[in-house]
Amino acid sequence: MNKAKFFRLLISHAILIFMVVIIIYPLLWTVGASFNPGNSLISTTMIPQNPTLDHYRELFAGSESLQYVQWYLNSLKISIFTMIGAVICVSFTAYAFSRFRFKGRQNALTLFLLLQMIPQFSALIALFVLAQILGMMNSHWLLILLYIGGLIPLNTYLMKGYMDSIPMDLDESAKIDGASNTRIFLQIIMPLSKPMIAVVAMTGFTGPLGDFILASTILRSPEYYTLPIGLYNLVNDVMGASFTTFAAGAILISIPIAIIFLLLQKNFVSGLTAGGTKG
Amino acid sequence: MQARKKALWLSILPGFGQFYNKQWIKGLLFLGLGISFFLVFGDLLNMGFWGLATLGTEVPRDNSIFLLAEGLIAVIVTIFGLAFYYVNLRDAYKNGKLRDENKPLSSLKSDYQNLIAQGYPYLISGPSLFILIFAVIFPILFSFALAFTNYDLYHSPPANLADWVGFDTFAKIFTVDIWRSTFFSVLGWTIIWTLVASTLQVALGIFMAVLVNQKDLRFKKFYRTILVLPWAVPGFVTILIFAGLFNDSFGAINNDILAMLGIDAIPWLTDENWTKVALILMQGWLGFPFIFLVTTGVLQSIPDDLYEAARIDGASIFAQFRNITMPMILIATAPVIITQYTFNFNNFNIIYLFNGGGPSVPGSTAGGTDILVSWIYKLTLQSSQYSLAAALTILLSVFVIAIALWQFRRTDAFKEGA
Repeated sequence: MNKAKFFRLLISHAILIFMVVIIIYPLLWTVGASFNPGNSLISTTMIPQNPTLDHYRELFAGSESLQYVQWYLNSLKISIFTMIGAVICVSFTAYAFSRFRFKGRQNALTLFLLLQMIPQFSALIALFVLAQILGMMNSHWLLILLYIGGLIPLNTYLMKGYMDSIPMDLDESAKIDGASNTRIFLQIIMPLSKPMIAVVAMTGFTGPLGDFILASTILRSPEYYTLPIGLYNLVNDVMGASFTTFAAGAILISIPIAIIFLLLQKNFVSGLTAGGTKG
Repeated sequence: MQARKKALWLSILPGFGQFYNKQWIKGLLFLGLGISFFLVFGDLLNMGFWGLATLGTEVPRDNSIFLLAEGLIAVIVTIFGLAFYYVNLRDAYKNGKLRDENKPLSSLKSDYQNLIAQGYPYLISGPSLFILIFAVIFPILFSFALAFTNYDLYHSPPANLADWVGFDTFAKIFTVDIWRSTFFSVLGWTIIWTLVASTLQVALGIFMAVLVNQKDLRFKKFYRTILVLPWAVPGFVTILIFAGLFNDSFGAINNDILAMLGIDAIPWLTDENWTKVALILMQGWLGFPFIFLVTTGVLQSIPDDLYEAARIDGASIFAQFRNITMPMILIATAPVIITQYTFNFNNFNIIYLFNGGGPSVPGSTAGGTDILVSWIYKLTLQSSQYSLAAALTILLSVFVIAIALWQFRRTDAFKEGA
């Protein structure tokens, strides 16, 4: 091993270890905070002296302002229905755009491209005003519909790009054998688009979990909150006062999501670059 | 007169052109649909267009906001009506033309089969279009329309009416002193934030990917797993954790890390400039793993032969990096990189969840670190200045669309996708 190589590797490891520390520190600190007794952050240490499970118990105790289980279920419900709705809408529409030449196709594609650029919060004022007047505040279904609508333009584009790369010969030979359009879609196109469907399902599921702006506009009573709003209010009502409880809640939501992300990361990257570059 | 022209003229009343072509059933269908359209939507159209024009004339009978919404729905319904009308005219003209040329007319049965075959793509994309219209297009139109009214706390139903004011609100953004200075300071920070934070995360992501991808580096798998963690943990959770870590009085950064290094506590959340520094560092932490992932994918697809050939030609490691690695990365990841910039331009979560856009600035509706999106959010939800918020939304959308169009031009996706 020559000297230059040794130093290069040494420096590389030094930088990487530094980054690992920077990444791990906040995460471990949160884990530590969740086991610390008391509510305040002042006494928080990374390795608690008297570790306690109190904060986790508190989450499930179900007080008026802390309905963690309810928020969890709300978030799960919204995410699952958004995911299902988005996958169905996006894959059918992408199939139509990819395999059929129909009147208005061009215009619709341009419309999707345009809508995909207009940020969804443009609708924020309208939603706030209308939901208030029409009494649609706190409606989960309205929120789900909005999320699905927001996901359609970009994801249809990506999915269409992906389906374009599936050879037409497959459809044509199936058609000669007498398969209907729907059957071709369900039995040939869908199975072959699995990586991209995984991406759409993933964005559909995690999108609502990361959204604060739309959900906080529409959901106003604690029993309808999703996790982001609930946890935000928990931290911000009395800053620092219930940070330890927040930490416990944050860990319980982060672990399952992080595992799914890490398992699906290959799909994510390949689906995104494949669909993206082919337009 | 030719039959096609006659049929076209008669079709001004839906169905009559078809009657002229002796297609009785189809004519009846068109006539029936036409009549029921006006029966069902007549009131809505009448009321809608009146409301859209006046926004109400009498309190408390009229509610400007309801009238505006109804008016927009009337416009959407009208567009569908016109599409149906166009189909009616075209059908009459087409069959009239067939008569002129003495060809047999298309039968109802063949029309029906045609409709089923050609209608399939419409059928399967219909639900999406419907959701788009009501969940996306209608709210956006509504927001945009509000920008041209004077709707705010003092002009809101049921006590007061709102009114159309044209471009007044836009003019005010640039003429009223407090609005103008707020607008430009928010815009300035939005641009700096977008450029610095995105560039930091992109540069860091690419750098780390290249570093980990060195052939002779050990523990690759370990490093990769740790480095993508910030991407895997939900963003809102990490931002809130950082808000705790950076807390001025009891956050761990001031109390543990800086104290250990012997540095005085830094007012992260109360001093505007320190908040900005913290935000940019955090976005780097949050955003680099995605670029890292994508770049790693690209690096693994670069064939070894290229490096082999370069080595034989005597290229140094840095020359290899500059002439092979970097161009390959940039070409393949350019679209992903650009989306990072547009994402950060609208990155509401980090700004709002970290410090609520604060620290607050006296006399201004925007905090010291508010970007355009979070300012619009505050104007809507906290100070009820709806028309100002709507006007800003339009300005911002124009900006974002301009950048996005420029990007699509460059990547040529527009041409290919169309």
